[in-house]
Amino acid sequence: MQRSATRDLLVGAFVAAGLAAIGYLSIQVGGLSYKGEGGLTLYAVFEEVGGLKERAPVAIAGVTVGQVAKIELDDLLRARVTLDLDAGLELPADSSASVRTSGVLGDQFIALEPGGEDAVLASGDEIAYTENALSLERLIGKFVHDSGLEEE
Amino acid sequence: MNALRTLGYRTLMLIVHLGRMAVFLAEIGKNGLRPPFRIRRLVGEIFDVGVLSLAIVCLSGATVGAVLGLQGYNTLTRFGAEGSLGAVVGLTLVRELGPVLTALLVTGRAGSAMAAEIASMVTTEQLDGLRMMSIDPIDFVVTPKAFAMLLVMPMLNALFVLFAFFGGYVIGVELLGVDGGTYVSSLEDSITFSDDVAGTLIKSVVFGALVGLIATYRGYNSEPTSAGVSAATTGTVVTASVSILIFDYVITALWGV
Repeated sequence: MQRSATRDLLVGAFVAAGLAAIGYLSIQVGGLSYKGEGGLTLYAVFEEVGGLKERAPVAIAGVTVGQVAKIELDDLLRARVTLDLDAGLELPADSSASVRTSGVLGDQFIALEPGGEDAVLASGDEIAYTENALSLERLIGKFVHDSGLEEE
Repeated sequence: MNALRTLGYRTLMLIVHLGRMAVFLAEIGKNGLRPPFRIRRLVGEIFDVGVLSLAIVCLSGATVGAVLGLQGYNTLTRFGAEGSLGAVVGLTLVRELGPVLTALLVTGRAGSAMAAEIASMVTTEQLDGLRMMSIDPIDFVVTPKAFAMLLVMPMLNALFVLFAFFGGYVIGVELLGVDGGTYVSSLEDSITFSDDVAGTLIKSVVFGALVGLIATYRGYNSEPTSAGVSAATTGTVVTASVSILIFDYVITALWGV
């Protein structure tokens, strides 16, 4: 069997490029990262989350600091949202969470508004102040109702 | 009556072939996981399957990405949603087109050659020669080829997808004027590892195993004639292509990737 250094070099380069491509797809594009224990998990209860979906971003002042891990119903039939946030985030205890929409028809995300208290939220705490998703249909309905257009 | 007999014979032969293929697969697995590891042979096969397929895979990837960018833009622009072009291009490629088109290209480029090579070794009695030297042809010839296919497919798939992202970027951003940052961030935001990238890797590994198995099986069991070589080559391309599409549906239906 003939041994060709050029061929071996090409095969090596090919394998390196292939593995690099897989790695790039997984890490950069797929967002695979090692998340150790100690991430901040917070809960927020909303009466209406609208079109919020799991893995939607959570942002403070527009900067993404985590994502929505889970959306479920609680005992009182409200939406209980689990937020998976970066470890080491020190959020004042009176911070508020609201469901917002990026752009007019964009995806929904959760915006956190930091409060002013000295005490900070620890993992497992619930965010006390929440603002529901703005429902355009409901707004229009309310407007129609209030202005008495219905009676005409 | 004769037609019925033919149908019965065909059905039985299909089952016989499936059984033989399973035994063949088990032999390849056994030889591949047990010493001697024929690394030299494997490197040679990776060269034939991977390095020589690289050009066609990358070129096709860039072209497919460019077409997707153009088609996606023309459709999305009706809804004013050009910003989602990256997501459309990315998800289509990673979940579906990348693994399937790569596997089809590799079948045509390397699978057919693999079957033809083994079939002509059958015709010229080279495999019998190996057996006379008490070298198992499955260990020496078949296993490195099948494993090379299995290893190379995910790499070619990843390269295809990256070149397609690039092709879509060139058309969407440079030519049609979608914002570059929007394209990249919508692409990266919409693709997740657990749902999409893991799925593309599972698909390409399964397709690699399929093509490797079918090509070597058809070559190994070919008639020792020149017509047998051509039948093995054609049969490989047809069987492998159809199997890829069927398995693609099954994997997508089962795991939603």
